[in-house]
Amino acid sequence: MTTSARYKSRIFKTEDSEDKQYVGFATLPNQVHRKSVKKGFDFTLMVAGESGLGKSTLVNSLFLTDLYKDRKLLNAEERINQTVEITKHTVDIEEKGVKLKLTIVDTPGFGDAVNNNECWKPITDYIDQQFEQYFRDESGLNRKNILDNRVHCCLYFIPPFGHGLRPVDVEFMKALHEKVNIIPLIAKADCLTPNEIKKLKDRVRDEIERFGIKVYQFPECDSDEDEEFKQMDKELKECTPFAVIGSNTVVEARGQRVRGRLYPWGIVEVENQSHCDFVKLRNMLIRSHMHDLKDVTCDVHYENYRAHCIQEMTSKLAQDNRMDSPIPILPLPTPDAETERLIKMKDEELKRMQEMLEKMQQQMHEKDQ
Amino acid sequence: MAATDVDVFSNEEKRSLSLGGHVGFDSLPDQLVSKSVTQGFCFNILCVGETGIGKSTLMNTLFNTTFENEEASHYQNGVYLRPRTYDLQESNVHLKLTIVDTVGFGDQINKEESYKPIVDYIDTQFENYLQEELKIKRSLFNYHDTRIHICLYFIAPTGHSLKSLDLVTMKKLDSKVNIIPIIAKADTISKSELHKFKIKIMSELVSNGVQIYQFPTDDDAVAEINSSMNAHLPFAVVGSVEEVKVGNKTVRARQYPWGVVQVENESHCDFVKLREMLIRVNMEDLREQTHARHYELYRRCKLEEMGFKDTDPDSQPFSLQETYEAKRKEFLGDLQRKEEEMRQMFVNKVKETEAELKEKERELHDKFEQLKRMHQDEKRKVEEKRKDLEEEINAFNTRKVAAETLSLSQPLKKDKDRKNRSEKNENQSGMSLSNSKVMMAKANVEPLNCQSWWQAIQCCTCLVHNDAWKQGLF
Repeated sequence: MTTSARYKSRIFKTEDSEDKQYVGFATLPNQVHRKSVKKGFDFTLMVAGESGLGKSTLVNSLFLTDLYKDRKLLNAEERINQTVEITKHTVDIEEKGVKLKLTIVDTPGFGDAVNNNECWKPITDYIDQQFEQYFRDESGLNRKNILDNRVHCCLYFIPPFGHGLRPVDVEFMKALHEKVNIIPLIAKADCLTPNEIKKLKDRVRDEIERFGIKVYQFPECDSDEDEEFKQMDKELKECTPFAVIGSNTVVEARGQRVRGRLYPWGIVEVENQSHCDFVKLRNMLIRSHMHDLKDVTCDVHYENYRAHCIQEMTSKLAQDNRMDSPIPILPLPTPDAETERLIKMKDEELKRMQEMLEKMQQQMHEKDQ
Repeated sequence: MAATDVDVFSNEEKRSLSLGGHVGFDSLPDQLVSKSVTQGFCFNILCVGETGIGKSTLMNTLFNTTFENEEASHYQNGVYLRPRTYDLQESNVHLKLTIVDTVGFGDQINKEESYKPIVDYIDTQFENYLQEELKIKRSLFNYHDTRIHICLYFIAPTGHSLKSLDLVTMKKLDSKVNIIPIIAKADTISKSELHKFKIKIMSELVSNGVQIYQFPTDDDAVAEINSSMNAHLPFAVVGSVEEVKVGNKTVRARQYPWGVVQVENESHCDFVKLREMLIRVNMEDLREQTHARHYELYRRCKLEEMGFKDTDPDSQPFSLQETYEAKRKEFLGDLQRKEEEMRQMFVNKVKETEAELKEKERELHDKFEQLKRMHQDEKRKVEEKRKDLEEEINAFNTRKVAAETLSLSQPLKKDKDRKNRSEKNENQSGMSLSNSKVMMAKANVEPLNCQSWWQAIQCCTCLVHNDAWKQGLF
């Protein structure tokens, strides 16, 4: 059920009763709807995971377009020392008059090199950069046309070939869970039987809890929602992480043309709920929780970043003993720990030398006397 | 060595003769077979692949039994190898099977060192065999051969190409062991993708110079099947020990909501091909290759390292014995030289330390002299001061005596005397008082003006020894 259908029915109820005392602000949702349609929406989705897990295929299946034409895949020997890049694809898609500007941020090269130490650093830097950009724009004088490039959601692909989360998965999610909404997915789920899927999901959920990773939590549904919705919500929550299959090709199955994968032993249908959780993911991501993801990004992750930034700035200013400048000065791009330590050492040295000087002066003073 | 043998034989006279009747040496292969059957066979498999990729399941499926194995965790600090030996029997043939598992492969964040434990393990097995071969009393026929005959490299079914770790590891292993790459969990790749994937993998291996095991095509009996199998590499396998009912048969398969993947169905996966090639056709050839090619290469490298050569600088064939003698002499000579060096060093060190000690002794002596001199100087000064003080005391005493005689030499009336005496006494005491005041004043000043505590005490001592003090006049 779409949100619009739900509230429209409520408006009709109020109109029937109490015509004389009808004020009319019940049409506010309508007005919001109209305005938002006119303004259009935007959404930034990041996909992360090792190569070969089906990220591009899934994105194509989700949005029913082909975002990755002419993609050049690297050979194994080129990938030995590969660094992570960040690539952005932006498309404008429209459905029933509602415009969506969709940006997909891809991370080719993640986890592909032989030495993957800190391979998530370019990704965290990118997210911080977007936050910083938005912060700057928000604090500027002309705020009419702020471009919101902040990443609203990160789909993390877990390979199904293992027994659970691997160290690189854990490290990546821990580095990012305070900056972006992470939704973990089990990729290429057509290599697992239903029993194996259940075992793997339980394992992954346990490990996520054990390592203290804060993945995106679905908001609790209000108590006045109808039962069907609550049931759906409960099922959704028990199903995480979603086990997904993606497909770019259309095959013929049971007399219909569906998206699927053709095997000698059968056909996997992408949109069949008993085959995989693709439909649940799509519903959650696009049909019900897209706006909530954006809200959490704005209200929680961005505010955390902003508070952190301002605290750093004020502590730096206090140390310098300067007057607060009216225009907020943005902090230097994260000075690394090394230079900070050196600066602290030099400060202490200076203080010590100053004290010694004072002592010597005092002594000289006494001697003169 | 083998090359020179052939030459030797071709130089000899060789004639082929035809036999008049049946002699019976055509039973030689049978004798060989019965001997080897009684001896039992030995086969060692190394499985290299990421955790959870299906190595243990494939072994169970291949040998149709359940080998005991625990699931490995993803959080190992490094790669380590876990060899397990089993005794299998089929008909009357005994097989001693060793399966070596790589635990923790591909799990670390930094995988640059992942190949090392594997290479070390293979080298150790070669080394053990070499040691056994070089022994004086050896029993090679009894020896449990642990050299790895085949390495099954499990490739993850990404569908794109090899992973960088796979390439690096295979390059390090290809000269040490027979490698057969297989695509694991192949039920996640559709037919068309599989074809492209196989081509991509083989081209990457070829372009990087990785030599995988080629099934031999020189034996007529198996040439055809082997060459066709060579074209199917890498094998895409699916493993399963669960049985599923398909039709009216129960087969080993994986049950999905959309179908059943049968392990032994040739159109579903290449498991049957792998089993044919690995076990039924080429097992013996694998063992031979390991011994004749990989082991010989290792042995040659190792012996060359130690300094053995096949031919002299004069290109005369060397015998092992002479080389050994030469090596031994060299070694002993080295030892002696080292001993000399160490003795030399020891002597030098002792000399150095002695010199240091002497130096220190001299310094101490000098210091002692200096201190003594200082002490004497001080003493002299003190003596002089004392003399001065004594002179002063004497002077004062004479003055006092003079003053007393002065007062006594004037005879006065008794009371006058008394008065005078009292006056004088007063005067005297006054004088002595003033004297004592002087002394006091002196005392107040002098000890404090002394340069050292020794002098101060001397001043005070003079004070104490002073008669005025003794008289208790203040």
